[in-house]
Amino acid sequence: MENEAGALSRVAGLFSARGYNIESLTVAPTEDATLSRMTIVTRGSDDVIEQITKQLNKLIDVVKVVDLSEAGHIERELMLVKVRAEGELREEMKRMSDIFRGRIVDVTDKTYTIELTGAGYKLDAFLEALDKDAILETVRSGASGIGRGDRMLKV
Amino acid sequence: MELTGAEIVVRCLAEEGTEFVFGYPGGAVLNIYDEVFKQNKFKHVLVRHEQAAVHAADGYARATGRTGVALVTSGPGATNAVTGIATAYMDSIPLVVISGQVPTAAIGMDAFQEVDMVGITRPCVKHNFLVKDVRDLAETIKKAFYLASTGRPGPVVVDIPKDVTQHKTEFTYPKKVTMRSYNPVIKGHPGQIKRAVQMILDAKRPMLYTGGGVVLSNAAEELTQLTRQLGFPITSTLMGLGGYPASDPLFTGMLGMHGTYEANMAMQHCDVLIAIGARFDDRVIGNPEHFFQDGRRIIHIDIDPTSIAKRVKVDVPIVGNVKDVLAEMNKLIQVSKEKPDQAALKTWWTQIELWRSQDCMKYDRDSSLIKPQYVIEKLHQVTRGDAYVTSDVGQHQMWAAQYYKFDQPRRWINSGGLGTMGFGLPAAMGVQFAHPEAMVACVTGEGSIQMNIQELSTCKQFNLPLKIILLNNRYLGMVRQWQEFFYGNRYAESYMDALPDFAKLAESYGHVGMKIEKPEDVEGALKEAFDMKDRLVFMNFITDQKENVFPMIPAGKGLSEMILV
Repeated sequence: MENEAGALSRVAGLFSARGYNIESLTVAPTEDATLSRMTIVTRGSDDVIEQITKQLNKLIDVVKVVDLSEAGHIERELMLVKVRAEGELREEMKRMSDIFRGRIVDVTDKTYTIELTGAGYKLDAFLEALDKDAILETVRSGASGIGRGDRMLKV
Repeated sequence: MELTGAEIVVRCLAEEGTEFVFGYPGGAVLNIYDEVFKQNKFKHVLVRHEQAAVHAADGYARATGRTGVALVTSGPGATNAVTGIATAYMDSIPLVVISGQVPTAAIGMDAFQEVDMVGITRPCVKHNFLVKDVRDLAETIKKAFYLASTGRPGPVVVDIPKDVTQHKTEFTYPKKVTMRSYNPVIKGHPGQIKRAVQMILDAKRPMLYTGGGVVLSNAAEELTQLTRQLGFPITSTLMGLGGYPASDPLFTGMLGMHGTYEANMAMQHCDVLIAIGARFDDRVIGNPEHFFQDGRRIIHIDIDPTSIAKRVKVDVPIVGNVKDVLAEMNKLIQVSKEKPDQAALKTWWTQIELWRSQDCMKYDRDSSLIKPQYVIEKLHQVTRGDAYVTSDVGQHQMWAAQYYKFDQPRRWINSGGLGTMGFGLPAAMGVQFAHPEAMVACVTGEGSIQMNIQELSTCKQFNLPLKIILLNNRYLGMVRQWQEFFYGNRYAESYMDALPDFAKLAESYGHVGMKIEKPEDVEGALKEAFDMKDRLVFMNFITDQKENVFPMIPAGKGLSEMILV
């Protein structure tokens, strides 16, 4: 979409006005500074997804819309999790982070902050695997997506 | 040469060939108004409320096909304009609305008369702009006119902070504008058009269902050619009236909630439905589940892809400008060796005539009270069907649509989508400015007319010889009708008490007022009024209080579940 003030609110407004749900939404400028790229994760029947695609295309600021889930694609989300890391938990957290290929990016004598990247379900699985009481704080970026192979979204 | 932002606004409007700007001044637009004062390229029309400015620009646009222009100040000026903007948005009317804004440095400071106009109007515009740099101003206005008038038309708001109207820059008006993110499809897909034509030629029980898109794309001629060469029955939505001559026998009348029995039944029972610039909305087909009919195939032509497959699944979607697509179809049908099955078509017409013989538009012609339907019939007769008719919203709107037989497009001007009471009078002003010599009638109710009655003052200032046809039943008639049918006759707040003496009210504004209480006086009064070619005449018809609009499909029901008289 055009990297214009207010473009994000047009998309967000469309979803709320027409009753579509947004599971996650990420947006940032691309290598071409006049363009932003947005990845939206939403849910709906085929008819609803078709309407969402059309309605997004109708927004004047939107240049191109692709349904990534129509074909092979890669989905990545970044999560930062602050966990309790005291006593026997300290070793346990390190091990869990390793198993999920996370990285510990901040350490105190009581906590670790673990950085984890992957598809949404992988991040969910990590949180599931942790002791609930050990999780102090989480922040997730929402998914970013890109087509596999030669499949490209370019203007 | 360097010009100020205010000078640029005025120059851009002139470059666009703007004839009229409907507006109301205020602090944030004083610089612009100063330049309006100094120029003579366009005429400014001072309304009495910003809502009326937008409705007048809208009426002008509907009657001409050109883009209407309104100019309002920031804050309350802007919010007053919102109902007008939403009205135009719902009916896809090309408008450019310029609103003043507080100076850029004051934005976000809760400044005097500040409102987030871009934020407020976002869901009811085709697009909007906040111009923060005078160097972007000319191109933005060019884009606004381009967006408003192309593709599926709609209103575009340009919000201009006061300091931007003072700043100076070099002025050049772009000859054309291209936007990589906006490329409306005009020509339909040739393969899809071929498929549609084949389906049409194979039809046994065809039905043409046409809407506002026919009027908006100026496709009445192409539609008439298509319909006549096929001999197919045709119906129209409220918004499409006049797209095909209503006096033609192929025309089955308006369809929908208050449509004719024959049109609704034919919609339901046809085997090929050809939807042209119409969007299957709830007032037209009712409940989509009830509308569904096994074996019926649907062709849908619309310039807006989001209108297709939104409420109803279709078999042959064609995205494109109605006028272009119909012209293509006409060509293919002309050269085709095949013809529709004439025997089947004859049987189908026999069925339709049977439905038509129900005479669903009949009403009591011997009543001692004035029947509203009778007033409209007489209006049609006295004006020889040649008037522009605007309306407000309610029962009178439906009667005007049903009983004034529109034979030409852009003659019927009403708020179909948003259903805005208060639209009729200011819209009629816009129409009269566009066509100073034409007969312009505003059919209204005593509820609706009071929502913008202050415009009688504008009409006086500009000597607009409108004819106001007030069907006065002392009720919010459509509300009362629903309360009678669905709320056990509990007429909650639908009675209009303490009405003014409308004739005297009109006279106090300097117009001619009339009160008509007997059926035998209706025709004479109309003739007398339309003979006063240079005066606004406000005709207060005291009508039967209990008259209802028939047929009627209750909300949520299907087309074949009509309540008849």
